[in-house]
Amino acid sequence: MIEERFDAIVVGAGMAGNAAALTMAKRGMKVLQIERGEYPGSKNVQGAILYADMLEKLVPDFREDAPLERHLVEQRFWMMDGKSHTGLHHRSEDFNEEKPNRYTIIRAQFDKWLSSKAQEAGAIVLCETTVKELVQDAYGKVIGVITDRDGGQVHADVVVLAEGVNGLLGTKAALRERPTPENVALAVKEMHFLPRETIETRFNLKGDEGVVIEAAGTISAGMTGMGFIYTNKESISIGIGCLVSDFQKTGETPYGLLERFKKHPSVAPLIEGSEVKEYAGHLIPEGGYKAIPQLYGDGWVVVGDAAQLNNAMHREGSNLAMTSGRIAGEAIFQVKSRKDPMTKENLALYKKMLDDSFVIKDLKKYKDMPALLHIQSQNFFLTYPQLVNKALQNFVRVDGTPKIEKEKTTIKSFVSARSWGGLFGDAFRLARAWR
Amino acid sequence: MTTEAPVRVEDKLYQNRYLVDVGNAHIKVKPHTKPSPELLALLKICPAHCYELNSNGQVEVTPDGCVECGTCRVLAEGGGDIEWSYPRGGYGVLFKFG
Ligand SMILES: Cc1cc2nc3c(=O)[nH]c(=O)nc-3n(C[C@H](O)[C@H](O)[C@H](O)COP(=O)(O)OP(=O)(O)OC[C@H]3O[C@@H](n4cnc5c(N)ncnc54)[C@H](O)[C@@H]3O)c2cc1C
Ligand code: SF4
Repeated sequence: MIEERFDAIVVGAGMAGNAAALTMAKRGMKVLQIERGEYPGSKNVQGAILYADMLEKLVPDFREDAPLERHLVEQRFWMMDGKSHTGLHHRSEDFNEEKPNRYTIIRAQFDKWLSSKAQEAGAIVLCETTVKELVQDAYGKVIGVITDRDGGQVHADVVVLAEGVNGLLGTKAALRERPTPENVALAVKEMHFLPRETIETRFNLKGDEGVVIEAAGTISAGMTGMGFIYTNKESISIGIGCLVSDFQKTGETPYGLLERFKKHPSVAPLIEGSEVKEYAGHLIPEGGYKAIPQLYGDGWVVVGDAAQLNNAMHREGSNLAMTSGRIAGEAIFQVKSRKDPMTKENLALYKKMLDDSFVIKDLKKYKDMPALLHIQSQNFFLTYPQLVNKALQNFVRVDGTPKIEKEKTTIKSFVSARSWGGLFGDAFRLARAWR
Repeated sequence: MTTEAPVRVEDKLYQNRYLVDVGNAHIKVKPHTKPSPELLALLKICPAHCYELNSNGQVEVTPDGCVECGTCRVLAEGGGDIEWSYPRGGYGVLFKFG
């Protein structure tokens, strides 16, 4: 193992770890990054939408060589029942701008690329190495890590925990709790390959334009969860995720859910004839603001999914990971520049800077949403989607029924399913949690 | 609710690349006579179908096809039903796309 001492050790080479390593290495710090995968990205799963703005702050000219799939020109939100979907589609030529705002990516390729930037800046990246434990001194200060390599102990002034949603090391060292079944969603995902032209015809695209579909409704069988369909250059990422506690309650299997989603008449034609090349599963932190653990301590900070920094409402995670990684790197650099020790007091700067960023502000805005969706999952993911689809079918179908009667049927179906009190209550609770 | 034919997750895992660390299972089930509700839930929730019931009615794990999601850890590690860790560096699932 490496004998020298480092300014910082970063555990994990995902979005958060790469951002932290790059930020610190760029400023001349001596950084060791440790990743258990064969290469950065080989263990990581995402939908995956990349938000350009947060990456631009790290690699301003990323568009020149980053492995990007398609820039997004259209977003579809679907509310589904067993046979139908009611959708809101937003498509704009504005998204065909010179510097597009959102792209689809493939994580295994993207992480490798972002890691190469950190390495170019001087970070040492050690792959195929699992960190087994944190090393703490007699006062509990984190002073290094123990890896599964021979003589695998390394020391540093500070350890950045960018270990992802499972966050094993943090739990082992009692820095934070293990995620609870109510606070994480299990998502499964498949990669479906199709010729470029087929994807472009099916989704009405030209060149590198892309479309994403987010779908909720009966496809999650009354559980809090969503499905997604993202277009890549020559493949379609399709997946679905629901809270672990809900899976536990219903006894549904994740792959069963995915198969049903794929067979839905609105989805099947989009992936017809494709060749499946991978099946993945991963957790997503969904607890929001209230689930954020202690973010720093003596000799350590935690970033990204390991810190539950994930905005489930907007399906944003990688950008929060990148931003928290960057901010942690900047805070650590500031402490170091002042020649101050990496104590809890000094590292509180990271939390302060994060509080001032969109990361914490956004999560705070939706702090009541996870609980609401959780308690109301049957209504939001089963009853309402069915009602809305029925209402629209009723509205569109022309069959000689007077319109006034159609309207009454629709209203009646809503009231008998949820009662007036229930409907107003739901609307009120939703509005309040949204605020 | 499910009436369709059961989905064979084995066919899905077949697409994936793995480097199995033979003889070093990274997940272990604690010996038990009667499985806890959490252990029983794993029979269905594990996305790689790593957990199965043996002929004595106990839950067993074969983590060869594990996608390392951590779901079983979230459900069953706290109660002491399982021991959970990541495979040794470089081993386990190797996503080509992720
Ligand atoms: C199905 C799915 C769809 C998603 N879609 C989107 C989306 O469209 N847009 C979006 O912005 N976000 C999305 N997310 C969320 C996003 O993927 C995460 O927020 C993001 O990956 C978090 O980055 P991270 O660096 O914190 O963790 P990760 O990317 O999980 O990286 C953690 C890294 O640490 C390594 N590691 C862990 N423990 C150790 C150890 N002990 N030793 C060595 N290495 C270790 C891992 O191998 C891994 O490389 C999605 C997530 C999922 C699962
Ligand atoms: S980590 Fe996930 S895939 Fe692996 S055994 Fe546990 S539940 Fe199954």
